[in-house]
Amino acid sequence: MNWYSILVQGTLLGGLYALFAIGLSLTFGIMRLVNIAHGDLITLSAFVALMAVDMLELHPLVSLAIVIPVMFGLGYLLQRGVLNFTLGGSILPPLLVTFGLSVIIQNVLLEGFGADMRRLNAGPIEIESVTLPGGVTVGLMPIIVFAIALVSLGGLQYLLYRTRLGRAFRAASDDPASAELMGINKNHLYALAMGLALIFTALAGVLFAMRTSVDPASGPIRLIFAFEAIIIGGLGSLWGTLIGGIVLGIAQSIGAAFSVQWQILAGHVAFLVILLVKPDGLFPRIKD
Amino acid sequence: MSTPAQPLDPNATHAALAQDRFRVERSTHSSRVFALVLTLGMAVLAAAPWWGDPGTMQLITEMAYYLALAQLWNLLAGYAGLVSVGQQAFVGLGGYTLFAVTDWYGVHPLGGIVLAGLAAGIASVPIAMVVFRLRGAYFAVGTWVVAESLLLVFAQITRLGGGSGTSLTPQIVQSIAADRGVREMIVYWVALALVILVTGAVYILLRSRHGLALTAIRDSELASHSLGVDTYRTKLLVFVVTAVGTGLIGAFIFLQKLRISPEAAFSVNDWTVVVIFMVVIGGIGTLEGPIVGMLVYFALRELLADYGTWYLILLGVVAVLVMLKAREGLWGLIARRFNLQLFPVRRNLTRINPPR
Repeated sequence: MNWYSILVQGTLLGGLYALFAIGLSLTFGIMRLVNIAHGDLITLSAFVALMAVDMLELHPLVSLAIVIPVMFGLGYLLQRGVLNFTLGGSILPPLLVTFGLSVIIQNVLLEGFGADMRRLNAGPIEIESVTLPGGVTVGLMPIIVFAIALVSLGGLQYLLYRTRLGRAFRAASDDPASAELMGINKNHLYALAMGLALIFTALAGVLFAMRTSVDPASGPIRLIFAFEAIIIGGLGSLWGTLIGGIVLGIAQSIGAAFSVQWQILAGHVAFLVILLVKPDGLFPRIKD
Repeated sequence: MSTPAQPLDPNATHAALAQDRFRVERSTHSSRVFALVLTLGMAVLAAAPWWGDPGTMQLITEMAYYLALAQLWNLLAGYAGLVSVGQQAFVGLGGYTLFAVTDWYGVHPLGGIVLAGLAAGIASVPIAMVVFRLRGAYFAVGTWVVAESLLLVFAQITRLGGGSGTSLTPQIVQSIAADRGVREMIVYWVALALVILVTGAVYILLRSRHGLALTAIRDSELASHSLGVDTYRTKLLVFVVTAVGTGLIGAFIFLQKLRISPEAAFSVNDWTVVVIFMVVIGGIGTLEGPIVGMLVYFALRELLADYGTWYLILLGVVAVLVMLKAREGLWGLIARRFNLQLFPVRRNLTRINPPR
């Protein structure tokens, strides 16, 4: 077993998991909303891209120009029209409403597209590979995905800590009532946050469908991966989420090195062990 | 007393309490009528082998175990605030325990159901140790991870058929009863017995001291904690009790299906999604809600049987609307309109000799 190779592949896989997790982490951080439909929105993004690619014969990466605005709009409307009404009280309404949305999205996709596995064809770039110092050969795509994850996290950090909008997000997160007194329209702001979260979801969905095939039922396991990355990294910590994704990716790669069947289980076990020994994750930020 | 006591005068109320002029009522008129109707109804259902065809009995069996699962999930989420999306872990553990003990040790299948409940209860303790570290929605996904892990683990156990699963041998099936008709009757009665046992257990638990604590936790966890309710222990108790019940039901489900596989045993859609919809639509946090929700689910499923998964989409939409517009569910709307309480778990204070 080549440990160096496992570490590199796992780290790159972790970049994709961090992308899965950013949207979920963002909505939790700003409005304490855990979106159970998050994984299904990743799948939905992939299917929107599939439609765009089929109809307009675009390259999957170019289809992002359509998928991102569509998902942003959907997120805005979803939050403003539905999810805002579930916030502020008991945890049951947001949890169960997003849970209902998850089942609705899965079954609408199933009725619309059937249960077939589908994939976005990225062309020659898929088989390009790079040999890293140390003699490990890795695909170009995983490197691009990892780079996009880094840029996304960096961009989000800039937005949250260096812009007016980011300040408003942080204010609403710290104290929604006072933020409203300062003239922030909470409903609009939360809707923007969900729209922003779904931009990352769109990225994750398209890149994911270029890497492996998707079907209408592939959402829940993506939600679980995103969730594991967030909890391992520590709630509310942006870069912690990346580390969480990488830990999960490496654990899965180690599992896969023994047997393909152990890949996902190894990730779950790593998550459960970390939960036992470090319940707040590696870099905790928010106290729930 | 010489002065007529005003109902709202605190001193007079105190005096009235001291002279025992109030009584704590644990049942209502509607609940006493319902108890009678329920007994009659159960007698009619128990006689189904003599009036119903196998299809009807099969449907009633399915309704019975789904109602039991719904009551258990409602206890967990509606009262203890433990919104689990991983109850299929205990359905699967129960089912697999039944297959293991009957096949490996020759245990009688009905004894196997009991052992399955115990096994699920024992397994729930270490599971609780891990998932209780997560709160709210994170708890939900945490329980789901546990169930997914168990699915993957059981897919590796070759003695239980690995990923493709295994069937009960004819000898085991015949050990219930050699004759097929008699066997179907026994299985049917076990289903009824289980749903009565589970609903009864939940009812008794809610009427007990723990039930008072649970209702307090449901209404406000923080307030109940500050008033001395040991929320952690109460929640742990509910988690374990629910696991035992869910394990029993899981064993029964797969005894009746005769076949088990990891995908079927640990299916989130079959054993949790559908159950959550039932409870939410019927009315979470009441004993009557799951019954109403179960009936709505089966009505929709039978009506839309020819339209693929549209009934699931419709159920999802209804559940979302209920959560947004009428959080107490269909039963809540009915109960408020007609002031009904069929399973009296509340304590009502009544005045026995009103002041002159």
